[in-house]
Amino acid sequence: MTQSATPKPLLEVKDLAITFSTPDGPVHAVRDANFTVMPGETVAIVGESGSGKSTSALAAIGLLAGNGKVSSGQILFDGEDIAQASEKRFVELRGNHIGMVPQDPMSNLNPVWKIGFQVKETLKANGLAGDNPNKRVAQVLADAGLPDPETRAGQYPHEFSGGMRQRALIAIGLACRPRLLIADEPTSALDVTVQQQILDHLDTMTSELGTAVLLITHDLGLAAERAEKVVVMYKGRVVEYGPALEILRNPQHPYTQRLINSAPSLSAQRGDKHEAIVDEIEPGKAEPLLKVSNLTKVFDIRKGFGKKEKFTAVDNVSFEIPRGTTTAVVGESGSGKSTIAQMVLNLLDKTEGEIIFDGEQIGNLSEKHLFKYRRRVQPIFQDPYGSLDPMYSIFRTIEEPLRIHGIGNAASREKKVKELLEQVSMPASTMHRFPNELSGGQRQRIAIARALALQPEMIVCDEAVSALDVLVQAQVLELLDELQREMGLTYLFITHDLAVVRQIADNVCVMEHGKIVEQGTTDEIFDTPKSAYTRNLLAAIPGASLI
Amino acid sequence: MLSFTLKRISQLFPVFIGATLLVYFLVFATPGDPIAALSGGKPMSDATKAALTAQYNLDKPFWVQYGLYLKNLVTLDLGTSFSGQEVKEMLARAFPVTARLAILALVIEAVFGIILGVIAGMRKGKLFDSTVLVASLLVIAVPTFVLGFLLQYVVGVKLEWAKPTVSGAATWGELILPALVLGLVSLAYVLRLTRTSVIENKTADYVRTATAKGLSRNRVVTVHILRNSLIPVVTYLGADLGALMGGAIVTEGIFNVPGVGHLLYQAIQKGETPTVVAVVGVLVIVFVLANLIVDMLYALLDPRIRYA
Repeated sequence: MTQSATPKPLLEVKDLAITFSTPDGPVHAVRDANFTVMPGETVAIVGESGSGKSTSALAAIGLLAGNGKVSSGQILFDGEDIAQASEKRFVELRGNHIGMVPQDPMSNLNPVWKIGFQVKETLKANGLAGDNPNKRVAQVLADAGLPDPETRAGQYPHEFSGGMRQRALIAIGLACRPRLLIADEPTSALDVTVQQQILDHLDTMTSELGTAVLLITHDLGLAAERAEKVVVMYKGRVVEYGPALEILRNPQHPYTQRLINSAPSLSAQRGDKHEAIVDEIEPGKAEPLLKVSNLTKVFDIRKGFGKKEKFTAVDNVSFEIPRGTTTAVVGESGSGKSTIAQMVLNLLDKTEGEIIFDGEQIGNLSEKHLFKYRRRVQPIFQDPYGSLDPMYSIFRTIEEPLRIHGIGNAASREKKVKELLEQVSMPASTMHRFPNELSGGQRQRIAIARALALQPEMIVCDEAVSALDVLVQAQVLELLDELQREMGLTYLFITHDLAVVRQIADNVCVMEHGKIVEQGTTDEIFDTPKSAYTRNLLAAIPGASLI
Repeated sequence: MLSFTLKRISQLFPVFIGATLLVYFLVFATPGDPIAALSGGKPMSDATKAALTAQYNLDKPFWVQYGLYLKNLVTLDLGTSFSGQEVKEMLARAFPVTARLAILALVIEAVFGIILGVIAGMRKGKLFDSTVLVASLLVIAVPTFVLGFLLQYVVGVKLEWAKPTVSGAATWGELILPALVLGLVSLAYVLRLTRTSVIENKTADYVRTATAKGLSRNRVVTVHILRNSLIPVVTYLGADLGALMGGAIVTEGIFNVPGVGHLLYQAIQKGETPTVVAVVGVLVIVFVLANLIVDMLYALLDPRIRYA
């Protein structure tokens, strides 16, 4: 790489506008975007989904979806305008000049080819395979932090964990030593501790290679921690652009201010207003609503030829949830936290232990009692796209539990649905619409309304806000908090995100490999974490140290 | 891969036993006296009748009869037809003809179906795509005998590009036209299946990543889209090979092809149960083996299946 005395920008985006043609007319995804990436510099583009952050970056590598195009403006890569470059030119540029690390490690490796093959073809396409391509492949994988790279190269993606796949994708993105790396939410699909390792490694590699990074993220904390400059995008426009820490400490634009206030990784504990209600509960009622003791779940894993292996997903877990409070169960994927939620909801049979709800054993309930129990405990699931029936109108979705439990008549049920919609701050007119017409946050509000329909005493939230953007996430958390204060609800809150825990929970159980490694009040866990694992989790929250 | 193969092969036996048992039981349970059918309804002495019954093992219990049938099937001792011909010889003449016909049809539907399907999928919504879709729908909608007679008349009689009927030798060249008719409907299905699969895969994340690596468009299509898109197509083709080998009664009828379908049709018409049972037994073996090949191909295309 040659550098002149006065460094020239590597990537310069000038007045960029990108338009998608849709059946409903053109959609202006990006308007008047301006920013610059100097050689070796890391620039983060921050914004919520639909803000145009990914679109802007993808335009720089010629990967806009079929119906999108740069309608005006320039993208100067090393002085050359590539905004309207031919496919042939982009094939030359991709890989060895501009590389990419995509968002979701699960879907970005071709499942039918070995990892080594997918790395090798990258090297070959860019003429960098050399005389011994396999050795080069192993080297590239080793550089990305994959142990035992020769063996790993011979494996298929499904034999890799999420973190390993992301390392393989980083290896592919950096294999041809590009001068610019586009990292599109490279770790948002990973557990926090893995996320931190991967980002650290990416930092080390790019600074060794002198690669400039265009980091796309929805997390302002992460952006501030990793980038020198931050571009904040909102509704297709760049609303703020400047040095990372300056933006974080002194945001000018109202949107940036909102973003900082809502970012779970940056904001403070639960409001004081909440603690008041806990005090109001009279001592007589302070007995736990849910009591889980020595709960264990063992799965049989089929190994082929009728062989089975035992896998203990939940191992001797005990905790209590006092009425009207929120207990969060935190852990990384595979820690058994969702299995607990399913057993509490009686969707999965327990292997051993006891679940006692309001003094009654759950697990060997008769059908009639189970039906009653279902009315008192309701779930909200992670994926608001998957958990609402696309063929049901919003009215039918919310009304269904009322009908099943034979509550009221048609007129009173309709009134109830309207009330519920109002409670979750949705207009009553929503009830004639269908899930696909609503945004993720709106759908999650509908899921909450549906859960509230039967006036349950406890709601099990299984990663209920994980799929949502930070701003929407903050709104939904606030809604849950409000409902708890008004109706005295009890929440069992399952999440992988410690930052969210701080916003919503009174008590926390930290889980690892099916066991509870630490439990206590939220303040105890955050201020004086006892186990090393909890401390790791806390340290891995991006941006926590910056404010 | 070895354990996968062994597992699949071990699964063939119950399928084979089940299918042959069912076929044999249906024939066993069919009302009517096969010996009477043999004599064509003419009166026959009790001694002759008893001798014939013993010859065909009809006096033995069901399980013994079925066991003997299996043994004969495996050793390819298929018995004789009522007209005194060895079923084995009849099958030996008809089977290669049908095999040639089926392979030609399979090649035609696979090659053209996949190529047209990939092009249509990559150009979704364009003129080529729409044309191919309408044409394939037409082919699916028109019954085989109409299509068969039409092609026979136009290509064979009017244009004289090919012989309208097939000779006793049934050479590869003569079978192209019947194979086209036989494969055309499946071709339409293969095309549509490939097209849908390509459309689904071309927007997959890993395809975008492959492009981002700097691969040429051709390589992205052939290496990353095609292989993944072939997985459902191969399943269909394999099942279709089994069906094609079973003989295409209509197509073989139109073009006078002396194949298995023809043989089976005649045997059913004449009520020659031993022939029918023997031929169907062999077809079960062919079908089961065709499915084994599909499973193996499937595993080759998709490594996740191998290790599952």
